[in-house]
Amino acid sequence: MTTRTVEYDLGTSGLDAQGRDLRVPLGVRRGDEEDALGGEHMLINLGPQHPATHGVLRLVLELEGETVRRCIPHVGYLHSGFEKLGEYRHYNQIIPLTDRTDYLSPMANNVCLALAAEKLMGIEVPERCQVLRVIACEMSRIISHLVWLGTTGIDIGAYTPFLWLFQQRERIYDLQESWTGARMTTSLTRVGGLMADIPDGWEDGLADFCRTFPKVLHEVDTMFTRNAIWCGRNQGVGAISAAEAINHSLSGPMLRASGVDYDVRKDRPYLGYETYEFDVPVGEHGDNYDRYLLRLEEMFQSTRILEQALGRLTRLKGAPINVDDPRVILPPKSRAMSDMESMIHHFKQVMEGVRPPVGEAYMGIENPKGELGYYLVSDGTAKPVRWRIRPPSFLNLSALPRMCEGALLSDVIAINASVDIVMGEIDR
Amino acid sequence: MSVPSSSVAALRERFGDAILRHAVLSGDSIVYVQPDRSHEILAWLRDDPGQRFDYLTDVTAVEYRDAERPLEIVWQLRSLDRKADLRVKAELDKAAPLEVDTVCDLWKGANWLEREVFDMFGVQFRGHPDLRRILMWETYSEGYPLRKDFPLRGHLSRAEQTRQALAANPEAHYSLEELSIAEAFHELPDDVRERLRHGDRGKVR
Repeated sequence: MTTRTVEYDLGTSGLDAQGRDLRVPLGVRRGDEEDALGGEHMLINLGPQHPATHGVLRLVLELEGETVRRCIPHVGYLHSGFEKLGEYRHYNQIIPLTDRTDYLSPMANNVCLALAAEKLMGIEVPERCQVLRVIACEMSRIISHLVWLGTTGIDIGAYTPFLWLFQQRERIYDLQESWTGARMTTSLTRVGGLMADIPDGWEDGLADFCRTFPKVLHEVDTMFTRNAIWCGRNQGVGAISAAEAINHSLSGPMLRASGVDYDVRKDRPYLGYETYEFDVPVGEHGDNYDRYLLRLEEMFQSTRILEQALGRLTRLKGAPINVDDPRVILPPKSRAMSDMESMIHHFKQVMEGVRPPVGEAYMGIENPKGELGYYLVSDGTAKPVRWRIRPPSFLNLSALPRMCEGALLSDVIAINASVDIVMGEIDR
Repeated sequence: MSVPSSSVAALRERFGDAILRHAVLSGDSIVYVQPDRSHEILAWLRDDPGQRFDYLTDVTAVEYRDAERPLEIVWQLRSLDRKADLRVKAELDKAAPLEVDTVCDLWKGANWLEREVFDMFGVQFRGHPDLRRILMWETYSEGYPLRKDFPLRGHLSRAEQTRQALAANPEAHYSLEELSIAEAFHELPDDVRERLRHGDRGKVR
């Protein structure tokens, strides 16, 4: 029995827990005797504990020499059952769960859940709340892209920009902390409004960030964009065509880098995004390099949106942040302590939670990673029947085998970095 | 708000009885179709020049708390050109085997989404190229976590789960064939070799 036949046998037999044939697609196929290595293929296991897999992702790679013939991702190591948990929580209690899915952009996830529940209930939040939510979304986009750019730099061998970028990221975390009290688990929104308004003088911090942050991006641009190593490792690597990107349900920068102009903020506007001036960069080659250029430009555009939003905040100073709707919003604490009706209302709201009518709603927003969708189904009780997360990185990662086919082993690291995955969201 | 998408009328004209009913909820159009004709209908929606739903946003399933209600498979479609959305649903009777045709041949993005629905709800997708569990491990035997008859904390007690976790052989979970151990196959103990021959990868006994 040759080595190859042993593996072949191992890969086919057996039954799984459901009594179906266990089809492990991992056994090495009998190689083509004609090829240079006499059919010798090698299996490499990458992860789940590996610094370049950006979390607990495991890739099994079949190599022919240094060329990847097959790539099989294994996910689920961080599965936490958030969707199941959500069915046992009130709508406002789900918001802390959303922090923990895509933990690199918690505020944007909070906003999406609030929007989905509001769509279900037919609520429109006041303008100041919308502006603050836009700020939350764009700050999330910047920190998420900063993590992506920094770690991708490390994967490819550039350590310095990582430090510059994380310094900037820290500034946004400081802003998040002074707004919400937490750096990562922000739980910013509530159905119908926000958990808190921004503290006094907070705008100055953000304005300062918007003024100085582009300078750092320009420095990174100088380091990377025309850098021979960066170009060599990224240009023409991991390319995927527009038609294939659509067929694989890619979204966000992954889709736009392939030349498909689809941005949820423009195509299905929410939070008044249609009233902001910003451009959506679109790539043409669909490779790692275009994804880099695109995300870099998105950070400049996000800064532009933040500046416009700051201008509106000044105009809306003192305006309400919560919708005036007793179905979802608590009465002021002073009223709840002095007025009977308000106290009953407060008690019922806290104990029973928000009750949307029977129905369902899908709300998709443009998250840093792509289109994040929350699909809520309600049966009229305070807990959803189904809370489905449409995870952008899950779908983006599912195209990884396609992008890695025929690439070199070292390219796998670069391609995987360019997908910008976050395992908390993939495994949920 | 309650005007259904123009696709609904087009579907009714083209497929007649296969379109069971439609609804508009929170501004989204929903079409209920016969489960056994779902593939044909989705293929038409993708390819018809008037529809062009080229982007599959999501595939998921919904099970209601009311045990009488059927389980729903939900396809969220998007036409990138027309900037239009449509939600297609098929209701599966829970008394019969849960089966529906795969749409992997239409959209490759459906591959992992359908695997997840299988993993979480136990729905079989006919013709799926690689229908394996995706978030739970392959030897997971407690059932399908998102089904309503699955308790939040699982079927087994915490103590039993811990016992099984401690008794499991983690090395066998790393299916040896993946790790290229075949080179050393002949040096393995007889019982391990026998186990691997039968595809046993460390199932908890």
